[in-house]
Amino acid sequence: MPSDSVLRLVWIYPDLLSTYGDQGNLLVLEQRAKRRGIPVESIRVKSADPVPETGDIYLIGGGEDRPQILAAQRLRKDGGLHRAVARGAAMLAVCAGYQIMGSTFGGEEGQPVEGLGILDISSGRGTVRGVGELVAEVDSALNLPTLTGFENHMGVTRLGPGVRPLAKVVTGVGNGDGYEGCYAGHLVGTYLHGPALARNPALADLLLRWATGEDRLPPLDDSRFEALRQERLAAVAGQ
Amino acid sequence: MTQLPLRAQLASALGRGAATLSRLTGRGDGSVIGGRVGLLLEPDLLRQLAQDKKLALVSATNGKTTTTRLITAALLELGEVATNAFGANMPAGHVSALAQHKAAPYGVLEVDEKYLPEVLHTTGAGVICLMNLSRDQMDRAAEIWLLAQKWRRALSGKPAHVVANCDDPLVTWGASTAAKVTWVSGGQRWKEDSWCCPECGGPLDRKGNDWACRECTFHRPEPQWVLDDDAVIDPHGRRWVLDLKLPGLANRSNAAMALAVAEAFGLPVERALPRLREVTSVAGRYTTVERDGRYARLLLAKNPAGWLEAFDVADPALPVILSVNAQGPDGRDTSWLWDVDYRILRGRPVFVTGERRLDLALRLDIADVPFTLVDTFSEALAMQPPGRVDVIANYTAFQQIRQEFGRAV
Ligand SMILES: [Zn+2]
Repeated sequence: MPSDSVLRLVWIYPDLLSTYGDQGNLLVLEQRAKRRGIPVESIRVKSADPVPETGDIYLIGGGEDRPQILAAQRLRKDGGLHRAVARGAAMLAVCAGYQIMGSTFGGEEGQPVEGLGILDISSGRGTVRGVGELVAEVDSALNLPTLTGFENHMGVTRLGPGVRPLAKVVTGVGNGDGYEGCYAGHLVGTYLHGPALARNPALADLLLRWATGEDRLPPLDDSRFEALRQERLAAVAGQ
Repeated sequence: MTQLPLRAQLASALGRGAATLSRLTGRGDGSVIGGRVGLLLEPDLLRQLAQDKKLALVSATNGKTTTTRLITAALLELGEVATNAFGANMPAGHVSALAQHKAAPYGVLEVDEKYLPEVLHTTGAGVICLMNLSRDQMDRAAEIWLLAQKWRRALSGKPAHVVANCDDPLVTWGASTAAKVTWVSGGQRWKEDSWCCPECGGPLDRKGNDWACRECTFHRPEPQWVLDDDAVIDPHGRRWVLDLKLPGLANRSNAAMALAVAEAFGLPVERALPRLREVTSVAGRYTTVERDGRYARLLLAKNPAGWLEAFDVADPALPVILSVNAQGPDGRDTSWLWDVDYRILRGRPVFVTGERRLDLALRLDIADVPFTLVDTFSEALAMQPPGRVDVIANYTAFQQIRQEFGRAV
């Protein structure tokens, strides 16, 4: 738990990387913490402002090519996220935000652009757009239920030895090599865009466990989440 | 008008036949099918049909169907107008619209944002009306920064007269390569897609409707027309109270754009405005339907900016039925629900239906908005006490509801 017992959620650059419902991840984390009596402070950091180093969970979302490049440039110059990660903060990086955590990613014309080097991955541009429901089985070490969500990207991501694949793809594209996303320490990257945590509350709880240092969190009534998950998983299975 | 070559005439006649067939078989408004048949036979048809008309193209993320209707209503003051009234806003729909009114001297075409460069190039339209750009169904729509970039390239070096909303930074950027622009301050309610400068990526400083980049010289141009609450101030400084039948701020903004476009056609406000006031509903939007003493007003909301507009129109004293689908035209991804701030609905009786009601249910749950989950729209309507209720639905959900009422609306 953070020193002053307020859980700090930091949403990086909603003005650049928040193309599709990325706010959902913040709202789900906020609610799941609050319902367990954990006081929460949410900080929305615009791209002209410094990234605070003292957050507990960092969120970064998806976006178009140009905002993605701008975000990478600014985060590199700012250094706040690097320092937070070095401190052991947790992070969920989504889609464009996932790609920029690596050494390189594909720019507007597919040209390589320098990333942040926070995750041991590199990304480029693929030839087809991966659009649609994604289903994947999470790495057994994390002990999480099936990952479900929506992807919409042209990225292809190669994982280095410093990260592990987050999940093995059942349906969809993911990284492009049969796996989806990656994780290392308390950092998670995923192509599940927008409100990935609304479909995967267990992933939200994983971030909360990492951030609070609690092995177990009090259970919540997740019937709404569960109803949606089952409907979507059944819809994909029936395709 | 000049005669169309024989092959083109045949193609457009066949197109009209197919449109009639599609209407008769109940497959739609007929406007797209007719155009597709025509285009297959004669790819050059759109150019030929457009040749002798004074054309306005209308494009935006939201409000293009309504604004097209308003401009059409105004230009009818000058003569016959060809228009794609049913929102079939790609080239096939344009062919169909123009073929149905070959003799009309005027044309007003709603154009899908992505197709604007192509349609402008093909038709050589004289007036282009550009209103707003915001996030839309991203699994099929283009990225909007890229879209604005394409508008810039398409407008550059063309003689077209652009009428554009200068309160939207991205639209301003997209329009500003045009040779002639009339700027309209039409307001911008959804700002989440324009916190950064389209020119350099720097932060935009915003105050009211005004905006300027902190890092480069890009700033809001001085408007010639201004929407001022319930009135429009024209370039001569005269204030016209709009007094529309269409509800809400978004429609007052659409009307301001329409008046500026009308003037670009030489039609003064005193002749255009009375025509705008006669428009009461547009392709079912804002219509009230009745069943067993329940009066349901239908509001269409396709994306986050559209939901903001619908909330502005919805009556806080009434119950509200929300219906969400995720079929092709809606976008198959429901992530956008998380960009809408539903907290405004707290305290109203809220009913949730549609094919993706479970997505919406979770969204409302997280927003702490109590609601009743209902399997069908009919059930939701039957659960209302006799009297008025507002309905907000996205595209196919909206069409399904219209269908239930025999599309008489
Ligand atoms: Zn700038």
